[in-house]
Amino acid sequence: MADRIIRGHVGIGPKVTGEALVANDNFSARYDLNRVEGVFSRPTHKLVGQNYVGKVLVLNIAKGGVATAWMLREMAARGMVPLALLLNFANPIMAQGAAFGDVPLIDRFEVDITGAIETGDQVTAEPGSGTVIVHR
Amino acid sequence: MVRLNNEEHAMLAGEFGEPRKLSMEHILKIGNFFDAEDLVEVSQVHLMADTESTGEAGLEYLEMLGTYTEEERRVRVPTVTDPLGCDFAKAGQINQPEEFIAQERRLSAAFESLGILITQTCINYQTILPPVMGEHLAYGDTGSSIYANSVMGARTNFQGGPSALAAALTGRVPRYGFHLDERRRGTNLWELRCRPDSLSDWGAAGAIIGRAQNSYWEVPVITGVDGSPTSDELKQFGAALASFGSTPLFHMVGVTPEAPNLASVCDGPPPAASLITQADINSVYSSYRPGDDKLDVVVFAAPQLSLVEMQKVGLLLRDRSVHDDVTVLAATSPEIKAACDRMRITEMIETSGAIVLEGVCFYQMHAREIGEANSWRRLMSNSAKIVNILGGYGYEPVLGTMEHCIDSAVAGRIV
Repeated sequence: MADRIIRGHVGIGPKVTGEALVANDNFSARYDLNRVEGVFSRPTHKLVGQNYVGKVLVLNIAKGGVATAWMLREMAARGMVPLALLLNFANPIMAQGAAFGDVPLIDRFEVDITGAIETGDQVTAEPGSGTVIVHR
Repeated sequence: MVRLNNEEHAMLAGEFGEPRKLSMEHILKIGNFFDAEDLVEVSQVHLMADTESTGEAGLEYLEMLGTYTEEERRVRVPTVTDPLGCDFAKAGQINQPEEFIAQERRLSAAFESLGILITQTCINYQTILPPVMGEHLAYGDTGSSIYANSVMGARTNFQGGPSALAAALTGRVPRYGFHLDERRRGTNLWELRCRPDSLSDWGAAGAIIGRAQNSYWEVPVITGVDGSPTSDELKQFGAALASFGSTPLFHMVGVTPEAPNLASVCDGPPPAASLITQADINSVYSSYRPGDDKLDVVVFAAPQLSLVEMQKVGLLLRDRSVHDDVTVLAATSPEIKAACDRMRITEMIETSGAIVLEGVCFYQMHAREIGEANSWRRLMSNSAKIVNILGGYGYEPVLGTMEHCIDSAVAGRIV
């Protein structure tokens, strides 16, 4: 099967390739994660119990408070950070956290990104061009 | 590309020192991400920076900035802080780990070196310097941002810690989002079919709307509000809406300054209204109803309590004793705490066995670790925001009115 290219808005951070972890749910580092153990911990989150470390996280929108702006850098420093974030809609907090932590982030895709990528897909994220390549 | 003036170019080139250069680089990344055309000057910064959020990495960044000369490192606009993570006077009483206390002391020293006012409050719009209509700000707490935007008519995006810090050092933010007229128009309509009659009811109404928001850019418009809510009611409503929805602005027709009527905030015919009934509000409470009546801790915080709320807690606890199996915490700002001390409200609360915390807000205090240290699991609060946050921290949160929370704390179980 051919690779699929999905276009979004120009993002933040370096180009990376890795395995996707996908859910049609939202994202906040403070509300949703146990950042010590590297798993989703919010009981009502669709990814509860799943390890996010080193994964290309594909979720719907940024929700919650402002802590993620600091937290992504700290998570990166401890090696407990997602490899990249692909969201239908980021908010300023997610962008600020990605910029401060140098975590790749792309949003505003031409399609619902949570329906275009499946958990386990190999994905390349190129924030410089706002492009995602799904390797199949 | 973001357009810069001469002074901004000079900051970017390092002519005003490395801290302002790093800040401009950060600002440009965000500006380009959101297609800002230029920057806007801000007159106030509200900086969120508890050590649970900054971690060691953020703390080291702040300390690194502090190594530059005073001329290079001092903030350019008045900058106040959100609650910190430790009330040093009460840390022992709630078993806060020593390593966090040490981090908090380092954080305070770093703030001081940058010329930041360590106000430790999320209700700065009630207690420090209320924003005014049209004022451009860099506010870094969802609750303070939504209140400033909606109730005051000021203009800010959510400026998380690193961006608020960059704004403080440069006096600038990218001009996008809620700094722009066109982003402040209403996008969805809600009609209140009941009058929320407690702070937690207002929080529940905010939660209902927040859950339904599909992105940061949606601006809910609320109609049907019969008579102006109080500042504390709007505080709880906004904090919950911002927390559940990541929403920085609402308009309440006939109440908030940009919405004297529906036509003033809607382009064209208004969208169909979603209704909020008393049953909807009741369902928010029931969504947090536990299977048994066990209770470990009652928390009044998020946002910090006003003087009026502190007095109400005091009057509800007067001549009563908190049950030995339950801890009651009430968090407020240093200014309000001093007023409570002077007016003997602190004494009224603490005589019951409850604890007044100053300059902190429960969920920003390494809540997971203090929960484990004190074996707190079942938590009750009248803050919809706090029950929304703490599920992910290993708590079983329960929403109740202030009266329900206190009656339960006295009984030692959820009544």
